[in-house]
Amino acid sequence: MSIFSYLLPKKEKSASVAKERLQIIVARERSTRGGPDYLPQLQEELLMVVRKYVPVDQDAVNVQVDRDSGCEILELNITLPEQE
Amino acid sequence: MTKIVVVTSGKGGVGKTTTSAALATGLAQRGHKTTVIDFDVGLRNLDLIMGCERRVVYDLVNVINGDANLKQGLIKDKRVEDLYILPASQTRDKDALTLEGVEKVLDGLKEMGMEYIICDSPAGIEKGALTAAYFADEAVVVTNPEVSSVRDSDRILGILSSKTRKAEQGEGDIPARLLLTRYSPERVESGQMLSVEDVKEILAIDLLGVIPESQAVLNASNSGSPVILDRDSDAGQAYEDAVARFLGETREHRFLTSTKKSLFGRLFGG
Repeated sequence: MSIFSYLLPKKEKSASVAKERLQIIVARERSTRGGPDYLPQLQEELLMVVRKYVPVDQDAVNVQVDRDSGCEILELNITLPEQE
Repeated sequence: MTKIVVVTSGKGGVGKTTTSAALATGLAQRGHKTTVIDFDVGLRNLDLIMGCERRVVYDLVNVINGDANLKQGLIKDKRVEDLYILPASQTRDKDALTLEGVEKVLDGLKEMGMEYIICDSPAGIEKGALTAAYFADEAVVVTNPEVSSVRDSDRILGILSSKTRKAEQGEGDIPARLLLTRYSPERVESGQMLSVEDVKEILAIDLLGVIPESQAVLNASNSGSPVILDRDSDAGQAYEDAVARFLGETREHRFLTSTKKSLFGRLFGG
């Protein structure tokens, strides 16, 4: 880094952008890992149903399978938009 | 007791074969009887990196099919005692590699008294990569400090935790350690490359070693001599450290910071 770069406006370093993007995508991919293959499609169809009644974002519906000693829990999380 | 180690990454071109060759050579140099197997059916390359390409007569698929016995298939290294290479087949038939066949080969190697079997995985998450990983007791995940490689490594870690024999038998995850290759401290310091801490934090696995970006790696592959034999080089020494850590020794990580710049260089961006 040269002395002149201190005079220029600060730009975010690309490595920190990379780290942030990776943390988000890796967390998302891990949440569906190991679950049944139908999960993504289930999520998609649930989203369509919810959207018939409430306008929600793409990532408003969260589907997750948790394994607890001996039983599996299918967890659905739907975030509704704030009331106007 | 034989330990089977898979060298894997998901992404291609990050240094799996270079690492497999260095790791196997390093283990053999320390007196451990070791075989390194190329699982990349159709795209044989370990033989070139090990410098034995002209000595290949039989390959892994020949041994599996019984066209040759294990002793005929193994190539004994000429530089290092106790080091053997089993090359991949160049057949385009990906189904040639069966789990039963591979198990038979691994059992044969165990009977020969191998202490380590290094499985050089092909890229991807297809059958070849799954076969290379299936019987592993331990994994080395080779990653470059770059987004696509880190993401693919994370996917591979997910696969390792469910698709190995140990996982299927309920013995849990096999230990997997990170080997970060093509690391450039200068670029990390200037904020253009993910740091070793960044990658460790994202993948959440133990660090086996960091191999600096080095001219020595290309020189080694050019001449068909595993880079770990180039003892004067930074990459060779970094692999040497990684092998020591692999065997349980404690070694400080080296080559993580750039060589100091002069005041002049810092002022004017040398």
